Formats: sequence, structure tokens, C-alpha cells
Amino acid sequence: MNTDDLISLLATGVEPVDARAQARAVLVAVSAGLLLAAALMAGMLGVEPTLAAEARLPAFWARELFCLAVATSGLVCLRRLAHPGMRTGWTGPASALPAALLWLLAAAVLMQTAPEQRMATVLGHTARVCSLLIALVSTPVFVALVWVLRRFAPTRLRLAGAVAGWAAGGAGALVYTLHCPELAPPFIAVWYVLGMLIPAAAGAWLGPRLLRW
Amino acid sequence: MQTSEDRLRGLLLRGLDGDAAAYRTFLRDLAAHLRAFLRKRLARLPDEVEDLVQESLLAVHNQRHTYDPAQPLTAWAIALARYKLIDLLRRRSRQDLLHDPLDEDSEQLAAPDGAAAEARRDLAKLLDTLPERQRMPIVCVKLEGLSVAQTAARTGMTESAVKVGIHRGLKALAAKIRSSA
Repeated sequence: MNTDDLISLLATGVEPVDARAQARAVLVAVSAGLLLAAALMAGMLGVEPTLAAEARLPAFWARELFCLAVATSGLVCLRRLAHPGMRTGWTGPASALPAALLWLLAAAVLMQTAPEQRMATVLGHTARVCSLLIALVSTPVFVALVWVLRRFAPTRLRLAGAVAGWAAGGAGALVYTLHCPELAPPFIAVWYVLGMLIPAAAGAWLGPRLLRW
Repeated sequence: MQTSEDRLRGLLLRGLDGDAAAYRTFLRDLAAHLRAFLRKRLARLPDEVEDLVQESLLAVHNQRHTYDPAQPLTAWAIALARYKLIDLLRRRSRQDLLHDPLDEDSEQLAAPDGAAAEARRDLAKLLDTLPERQRMPIVCVKLEGLSVAQTAARTGMTESAVKVGIHRGLKALAAKIRSSA
């Protein structure tokens, strides 16, 4: 088949492209991922009983804001990575910014903490399980984002996989906050970020294997 | 180059709305630009150029929904072709044959090169290896020029199954090219 024949084949009977169908698919997939993550958290771990009381504390909202910022800035960057020829530009650094700001806050908190209590502040009560549980709760969102990416055409597969994992980690952590009793910024800065880095690393490894087109 | 960008972009946007004649012109003009782009970068693998032009055109078609009208068409098309080029070089693990470095800034279209060489890979043969529910819709609609409704009547498939068959079949064709090379 020569190239003119191929062009003729591709153009004959070509259907209009429905841009809204793409947006719909993304919305449905991400919503389904979030719902599954919430079901996983509620069914397996249960919602924190003192949640209503915690919601009055600024530290609670700082934690929510951090997770939300990771998820949304990651998704903005991911949208560009999914489109060939779009530069990530400022969206790359922006998706790392929430973690950088959180670390500054955590450092400030630790400096005001008595030296002998610093370790206890970082470790909290759930340091041993927190990161793994965040990675677990993130999994449905990560699967959804990979499914979405496979409908698009990322050209930097490892990076696209890593950012998908990072954004999924942010979304999963946001869901996990409804179970998690820890509010101290130094705890969040270590164990939450680690929990988001696990899916990010998985994404970097899986990207070149799952996202080729 | 600006005029070429605007013209191609206008043609593609009409093609995305279902204008087959505009889309055909778009693909033909783009093919000439891609051929020049790839020939320059595959100076030491000239036999691969036409295969890669075809692979890139198939990718442009399969991924045409990823074109955002707000972005330059040239950057988009070159990114698709460069991805396929790197994929080819990686498959052959012969990146040292690169003539030009694949710098990020080469997003300008090269002057068109209309002289198609013979493709070595025959897409018609690959097409024959697709499952029937994908091959038949492509043969009827894309090669014989039947409508989706006529194809549905002839094959006994539903109209949406015909559309899905074409869509998946062309993606499967791209996957077969990847694994056959």
C-alpha cells in the first residue's frame, strides 16, 4: 500500500471528532476512581470518629489543602503531558510546589517544638501504616488516570506515568484524611509525601510499559 | 512557515468536523512535510523513511482527537512524528545513526518533500491479519467507500459496531506495526 492509498483510506468516511466525549470519559473515569477510593477507605479503614471536631482546627484544613493542591496541580500538568507537542512549562514546578511549601511549614513547626518532642511529632501514632495506606487508597485513582492517558498520546511516558501517580497520590491522600487522625504538619510532610511518592514511582516504572501507542 | 501552519490547521479543523475532502488534503500536505522532516533525520536509514511517514500518518489519524485548537498544529504533528521516530530508533537500538540531534526546538516544518519512495512494509498485508470484526468495516467503509449504514447491512453488524471496528482496527494496525518492526 503506498502512502497515497493510505491517505485515501484514512480520509474516506472519516467521522467527526466529538471533543466532549473525551472530556466526558475523563470525568467519568476520575469520578469512578475517587468513588472506589472512598469505598475502599470507608469499608476497610472507616471514617475517623472525631472528624467533626478536627474540622474546626486550622491544621485540618492545611492538610486538606495540601492534598487537594497536589491532586489538582498534578492533573493540570498531566493534561499537558497527554497532548503531544504541549510544553509542561510552569505546570511541572507547580506540581512540586505544594510539597515544598508544606516542608517549610513543617520546618517552622519543628523549630518551635521542644527538641526532645520533635521525633514524636514526626512519627505521630500511625507512621508505620500511613504511607502504605495512602498508596493503597490511591490505587483506583491511579488506574483511572492510566486508563485516561491510554486514550491520549503522551510522548514522555515515564514522566506521564510518574505525574499520574503523584496526582493519584494526592487524590488518594485527600480521601485518606477522612480516616487519618494525624494533623501535625511534620507528620504530613514525611508520611503523606512518601505515600504519594509510592504511586509516583510505580507510575514512572509502569509508564513506558502501559502508555505506548 | 506561518502560512503553511495556518492552512494546515484550517484543513485539520474542518477534517475534525467530518469534512473528508479537507482532511484528505490535510493528510497529503502534512505527509510531504513529515517526509522532509523524517528524511533529514534518517539520512542514514533512507529505506525507513516512507514506512515511518505512513506510521506517523496513522498516528496522526488515530490521535487526531488529542489536537487542541489552542496549540500550534506544527508542534503537535512534529511531536507525533518525533515520538514515532524515537520509537523506531529505540526498536532498532541504533540511535547512533541519528543524523541530527532531536533538539526540542525543531518544531518548524521542513520544506515539503512530495516525492514518496516505496514503502517497504505493506500495510495492506497487515490489514489482512486483523480480526474480521475490524477488517470488514475498514475494507467496506475505508477501501470500498460504502457508508456506515451500507456496511452494517452487508456485514450484519450494528452501525456502532462498524464505527468501533474501524476505530479499534486502525489502532490495532498501529500496534501491529510496532510489534512487527
